[in-house]
Amino acid sequence: MAHSRPAIVSGARNAPPFLLDIPRRLLSIVPLVVLQPVLDRIATHVARSRPRLFARLGPHTDKRYLIDPVDLPFVLVLIPNSAQPFLKAFPRDGKVEYDAGIAGRFINLLTMIDASLDGDALFFTRDLRVVGDVEAVVALRNALDDCDGSIVDTITGAFGPLSGPAGLALSVVRRMTAGHRPV
Amino acid sequence: MSATEFHRPELVCPAGTPAAARAAVDAGADAVYCGLQNATNARNFPGLNFTEEEIAETADYVHGRGAKILLAVNTFPPAGKFDLWRGAIDLAVRRGIDAVIVADIGVAAYASSRYPALRMHLSVQAGASSPEAIRFYCEEFGVKRVVLPRMLTVSEIADIHRQIPCEIEAFVFGNIGMMAEGRCSLTNYATGVSTNMDGICSAAGDVHYDEDAAGNLTVRLGNFVLDRFGCNESAGYPTICKGRYSCSARTEPYYAFEEPVTLNLSALLPDLMRAGVTALKIEGRQRSRAYVKAVVAAFRKAVDDIGAGKEARLADLIALTEGYRETEGAFRSKTWR
Ligand code: SF4
Repeated sequence: MAHSRPAIVSGARNAPPFLLDIPRRLLSIVPLVVLQPVLDRIATHVARSRPRLFARLGPHTDKRYLIDPVDLPFVLVLIPNSAQPFLKAFPRDGKVEYDAGIAGRFINLLTMIDASLDGDALFFTRDLRVVGDVEAVVALRNALDDCDGSIVDTITGAFGPLSGPAGLALSVVRRMTAGHRPV
Repeated sequence: MSATEFHRPELVCPAGTPAAARAAVDAGADAVYCGLQNATNARNFPGLNFTEEEIAETADYVHGRGAKILLAVNTFPPAGKFDLWRGAIDLAVRRGIDAVIVADIGVAAYASSRYPALRMHLSVQAGASSPEAIRFYCEEFGVKRVVLPRMLTVSEIADIHRQIPCEIEAFVFGNIGMMAEGRCSLTNYATGVSTNMDGICSAAGDVHYDEDAAGNLTVRLGNFVLDRFGCNESAGYPTICKGRYSCSARTEPYYAFEEPVTLNLSALLPDLMRAGVTALKIEGRQRSRAYVKAVVAAFRKAVDDIGAGKEARLADLIALTEGYRETEGAFRSKTWR
């Protein structure tokens, strides 16, 4: 028996599209050369402030994770090594080596790491794709889920001059989606 | 149903991480159940579960809010490895756990003889589904509560309730397999890893997802293809029991065991309470705290509404279900498939 997939059940399913699109639009116009120092800061900051996250990753701290926000012009590679964290953006059309990958719309990835959306539910509805080393992906998902507070707030805090607009856009998106989403 | 017809049931909620435990308690859980980061529990998954220090911190948090913390020690020790299970029971006592959930008779014997004051619940993994079996655990090991297998109808639960001396805990939401809890060796056959002894069903390291350019998703466990989802089809857990298989007797691939679907007994809550169920269990230690928060809050409200004599209005949980489908499984009728 085949079950057809609902049109969309992501967290952002009913929010006005232009609002959901704000963070993505902001990031789409940032050149990678400007984005990279911010990513470096995010990686160092998260490694310093969330040591338990790395303990949960166990043997997977040296894996190369491909994080693919499918609606952005770049992909990210993460090596969650607490001593030498690595988070780098690559152009979407380039060749990138990785052990494990997660792909989905930017807003879904964001709300999932913010613990506002359930990763399994996104996978069931095919709004999240997993490739490569599934064990590494499961470990990362569980480790992120144990982070108290909002990891996204930590990340937006590292945006330097863009923190203000990025944080504002995110809070608007959160408010708009909160009333509509099931989780 | 009037408020006097039943005792307020305990809402027992999953916690895969300390953050999930806090989310569950904040959302209204009466108790959370968790496991250690090893084979002593049936959700021994990467990145999940608790260290001893996290158990201690979580116990403080949970107790500080008037809730309970239960430790699942519900797998079966392989020969020569009993020390790990013994250690888990010792840890539970050391850290002030309110009850241990056990399945193996050796573990139950150790816990009851070494720590007679330790409250013990019989895990669903023990597969005790008859009054005779349940009474045996109560009489031999002082078990105070049985978690019933998901193969019984509500009227069968009521019948068992009349014949046993302990409390009943029943699953009301979450993943269901073939309801042969504690006896399933499908993963073991396919991968060599045992659900019942290693605590891992469908080890993530043996799961492979391959999506083609058209968006069709092939799911494999070890060397076995479990399913192939079309680009517009919702997916399920990569477990053998939820796989869709081809065979010569069928023209189309079919679900040989169970379909990707989630148990939801919200409509049967008053019946379960009337049948004598003391505790309502939500499955899902492997799920996120977003799931925990949403499901616990929904059931908290439903149970409280029923307790207040109102009709329970359960929030829509369909977006959290496997395959975007819900079932009442065997609870209403044995012929659900
Ligand atoms: S294969 Fe299914 S029935 Fe067997 S242990 Fe795994 S989830 Fe349970």
